[in-house]
Amino acid sequence: MARAAILGRLTWRVATVTAVVDETPRVRTLELEVPGWRGHVAGQHVDVRLTAEDGYRAERAYSLASAPGEPPVITVERLEDGEVSPYLTEDVRPGDAFEVRGPIGGYFVWRPDDGGPLFLAAGGSGVVPMRAILRHRRNSMSEVRARLLYSSRTLEDVIYRAELDGEEVVHTLTRAQPPGWTGYARRVDADLLREVAWPAEDGPLAFVCGPTSFVESVAAGLVEFGYAPGRIKTERFGATGGR
Amino acid sequence: MSFVSRGFRSRRRDTDADPVRVPPGQSVTRDFPVLSAGPTPHTPLDRWTFSIENGGVLRTWTWEEFRALPSEPVTADIHCVTRWSKLDTTWEGVSVDTLLAEVDHDAGYVLAFCDGGYTTNLPLEDVTGGKAWVVYTYKGEPLDPEHGGPARLLVPNLYFWKSAKWVRGLRLLDEDEPGFWETYGYHMYGDPWREQRYSGD
Amino acid sequence: MEALDGNAIGGMLYHVFGGEMTMAQAQCGHCGARGPLAECEVYLGGPGVVVRCRVCHNIVMVLVEVREMMCVDLGGLSELELPAWR
Repeated sequence: MARAAILGRLTWRVATVTAVVDETPRVRTLELEVPGWRGHVAGQHVDVRLTAEDGYRAERAYSLASAPGEPPVITVERLEDGEVSPYLTEDVRPGDAFEVRGPIGGYFVWRPDDGGPLFLAAGGSGVVPMRAILRHRRNSMSEVRARLLYSSRTLEDVIYRAELDGEEVVHTLTRAQPPGWTGYARRVDADLLREVAWPAEDGPLAFVCGPTSFVESVAAGLVEFGYAPGRIKTERFGATGGR
Repeated sequence: MSFVSRGFRSRRRDTDADPVRVPPGQSVTRDFPVLSAGPTPHTPLDRWTFSIENGGVLRTWTWEEFRALPSEPVTADIHCVTRWSKLDTTWEGVSVDTLLAEVDHDAGYVLAFCDGGYTTNLPLEDVTGGKAWVVYTYKGEPLDPEHGGPARLLVPNLYFWKSAKWVRGLRLLDEDEPGFWETYGYHMYGDPWREQRYSGD
Repeated sequence: MEALDGNAIGGMLYHVFGGEMTMAQAQCGHCGARGPLAECEVYLGGPGVVVRCRVCHNIVMVLVEVREMMCVDLGGLSELELPAWR
């Protein structure tokens, strides 16, 4: 369609689900095939639009979990009172399709030239864009140091657990911990940040993503710790973790 | 119409609802979505007032004075322009008739004004004759700040954006003037039964 | 309800302005605070989208879609510097 070829216009395109992966009891990854996909930057998202037979429509934004060069992949957390997430995490099968618009974003993005060291702080499904960033760093053989501070409710809720084992990740489990857990067991606070974040004098680049309250608290903590406010990028999801 | 996704439907729909109570284009929900144009205000009750103005203040009540006014329970169906409806919601508050009775005026319209700056306009006819209240209780409990507490306007006959949250008073007008959403193209009147969502509907 | 930020409306802004806007520099007309749209407070208010200054909370932008036409009020901004689009 000629309209879709116009540069600078973001049009809705039909994405087909090629595979689904249940990451945790509440979280599912959907691998997508989007005709005309021209690639994306780590940290970007897509808008997803669902239309029902009766014309009812709902739209939500989801971060891309894949690295540049890889096909578009999104990871969705099911929200109890959600309109879109229950459909994407429970009903969707490979072969199903919905509209997407994107990739979107130019602020909450990382390219290897942006350097580091990288300090990534994720609350719940806020880890999704972090996965894209870490995969991109690895795929591009970047020598930038990276550390992920990842807050989850329980070990069962940790997304991409096996994959993250290969990275420098510090977990904190805020609601319940498995027997013998020696890691952090509380919400991120100033002391925790002091112990985990790269020192301010290293000039780190920070990305903070998750529920609004998590982002505000961590970003404020990093500023107090001495991070340059201009080198802290924030992305807020809704209060319950989705957008 | 855009691409339809297999099996997708609105989750909120309460299919037990009697269709005759549901205006066109609406879906009945069991939950109570919180939608806002700004941060939740937190005016302390000892500084809260409700006023009726027309350029100058004609009458004002403190929270204590307001709570001492005769109040009544209200059960109403509410309809939001974003297409959700909620049936049999229960409130308690002061009828706008009671408030306007204390003031001499011949205004044709009112503009409700609120903490945070939100406004919405209504014909006087639609806030009198037992059609509107300033409510402070929802489901038997003090109205939650998220839902407009300590007090909000309740005008069930019109789309719910007219039931202004965090209401602090009514300005009496001779002519209709658009409030916040009306300025951006929402309907000046907003009758859900005639599906008056946008200007020109 | 907790506010989101400009990232949440990246698609809508792209649609309205024809390019990536989360990096656009917005200057609040009320208090003069300056920063990327990505960092502004965003309220998905139901009838429309309200964008507020993170510092003083005054409205900087309102976006309303009426019958597939976007109405955009930029009156709360004293300046909006568009990013250089490649």
